[in-house]
Amino acid sequence: MHHDQAAGPRTLYDKIWSRHRIMSRDDGQDLLFIDRHFIHDVTAQSFEMLRQRGLKPRSPERIFGTADHYVSTRVRDISGVVDPERRVMIEALQRDAGESGIALFGVDDPRRGIVHVVGPEQGLSLPGMSIVCADSHTSTHGALGALAFGIGATEVGHVLATQCLWQRRSRNMRITLDGKLGAGVSGKDIILAIIAKIGVAGAVGHVIEYAGSTIRSMPMEGRLTICNMSIEAGGRAGMIAPDDITFDYLAGRPYAPQGDKWERAVARWRALPSDDGAVFDREIHIDATTIAPMVTWGNTPEDASAITGRIPDPALLDDPDRREAMTRALAYMGLTPGTALEDVRIDRVFIGSCTNGRIDDLRSAAAVVRDRKVAPGVEAWIVPGSQQIKAQAEAEGLDRIFIAAGFDWRYAGCSMCLSTNGDVVAPGQRCASTSNRNFVGRQGPGSRTHLMSPAMAAAAAVTGRLTDVRRLIPE
Amino acid sequence: MERLEHITAVAFPVVAINCDTDQIIPARFLQKPRSDNFGDYLFRALRFDKDGAEQPDFILNQASFRSARIVVANRNFACGSSREHAVWALYDYGIRVAIAPSFGDIFFINCLKNGLLPIVLPLDIVTALLGELTARPGIEIEVDLPSQTVILPDGSTHHFEIEPFAKQCLIQGIDEIDYTLAQSARIDAYEQSCLDD
Repeated sequence: MHHDQAAGPRTLYDKIWSRHRIMSRDDGQDLLFIDRHFIHDVTAQSFEMLRQRGLKPRSPERIFGTADHYVSTRVRDISGVVDPERRVMIEALQRDAGESGIALFGVDDPRRGIVHVVGPEQGLSLPGMSIVCADSHTSTHGALGALAFGIGATEVGHVLATQCLWQRRSRNMRITLDGKLGAGVSGKDIILAIIAKIGVAGAVGHVIEYAGSTIRSMPMEGRLTICNMSIEAGGRAGMIAPDDITFDYLAGRPYAPQGDKWERAVARWRALPSDDGAVFDREIHIDATTIAPMVTWGNTPEDASAITGRIPDPALLDDPDRREAMTRALAYMGLTPGTALEDVRIDRVFIGSCTNGRIDDLRSAAAVVRDRKVAPGVEAWIVPGSQQIKAQAEAEGLDRIFIAAGFDWRYAGCSMCLSTNGDVVAPGQRCASTSNRNFVGRQGPGSRTHLMSPAMAAAAAVTGRLTDVRRLIPE
Repeated sequence: MERLEHITAVAFPVVAINCDTDQIIPARFLQKPRSDNFGDYLFRALRFDKDGAEQPDFILNQASFRSARIVVANRNFACGSSREHAVWALYDYGIRVAIAPSFGDIFFINCLKNGLLPIVLPLDIVTALLGELTARPGIEIEVDLPSQTVILPDGSTHHFEIEPFAKQCLIQGIDEIDYTLAQSARIDAYEQSCLDD
């Protein structure tokens, strides 16, 4: 018997879980109905599994696809994808979607972009929904008050065939952030500060709900960034209760309910937030006023520090495993303990990804770049999260600010976050990146990644080194 | 996938903590068809240099570990990306059991769907085991799934937990799609009830 089946206050996660539970198995797993299934151009192997069993997608109307991992960011259409294996992945998505009647934002579609940017942007991801995708950053969509999580290729096959998924309920964890953010501090700094505090395995087995006054006053873009990186803390999902900011963001979006249906939906969504007195298995409180602009120095997202800090010294660690890991990371990153973070020079800048490729991200970067130039010897890229964001930024004149400063203004895609499309950081090069993972080789073999916010990456671009963005913006 | 009941095999150690799935298989191999031998891509950037020559220091390139069918890893093994290719790479190499104090959630689930048995053992036992595998290369571990036991090289026996349904799937070499398809009537009824919303 699950605790939500008894009377009593429930969490947002409990409510969405029980609403989607079809049945339970003897081993305690529940069969969940999946409202929305996103597919992208790394889903070919799952469709092949289905084909081998003679099965077809059960609910094509609940599936939406977009090409993001293998698209060119240099050329808008498929002619930019010259590598035959990458091209096959995009063509497979087109074929699989076409054969099954799945709506696809293909390479030429003005709505295409990174799946975790497109879902919220099109109003396809809505409060109270269960959402899955073969990508760990599916946690992003939880910012709208949905239960959204990444799944593997076999699970994708299962969802395609049945529109359901067997899952064991995770534990509830709440991270409460209170207080007004300082200048130059954004959602990215918050999530990096959280992961630095709880560790990359800090939320394993849990679904995180982010709460508190800091979250309540934050725009959707910042919320999406925070939920996006829940997986980097090991969380199964990240969620934020829907409120007026959520509803204002969704109102009028193409796939959001309209008219009377919208009014009824909002009324339903207002019942979703965790009840007063709901019990969380784990609670963490953070004073958001103390968070400074953050930057990572190592090879896991927990290796993060305020930009005012220095490269840490492994010799000061007691745990031999951690000491060994830090020593290895600093060797890979080419960093010396005790060096001020602001003294670390960079070669590349990547502003984009499902973490930080949204319009607010580009605006905050442009505010730093305006009337400045990219530092000599630095190659800096802007890769919008979707083609719509690209168009919106161009309508606002942001592209001209970036281009005048010497940035490369590119087409939407996952790009240099994981370099599946061939956009790579060269071996030994150091990249200031707004993406989500600083793993060894993530941006290409031998690449050295420092994670940070768009404003911080913009600051690094114009100075040529890791820089406290607060020096470059008015108080 | 092969049925898995009992295995006695060489185990190789992954001593690093937080070994992510990008290390197990770099993203540039995600576009390969499943018909490829993903074992060739396992730990690719660590196992081979950029010209494809073996890195002699890497653990799987040492003679004693080449026949490994079990991996013993440190905490938070296979965190990060949801890529099931990480399981395929281990499986195609021949690995059938992964032992660690903790795993990335998604990897753990992906293992169970592909005939790879993930076993959680206490941190102190795994720490000692990692030391022993390093000190005595090529020693074997025995795993018995029906009785849910691991027998370590020192002769000690340890019980592990596994969900009964997943256990049956591994032992029989089947997945759960057919089981779920048999529940179609309940799924349809659920969906119908939601359309009123």
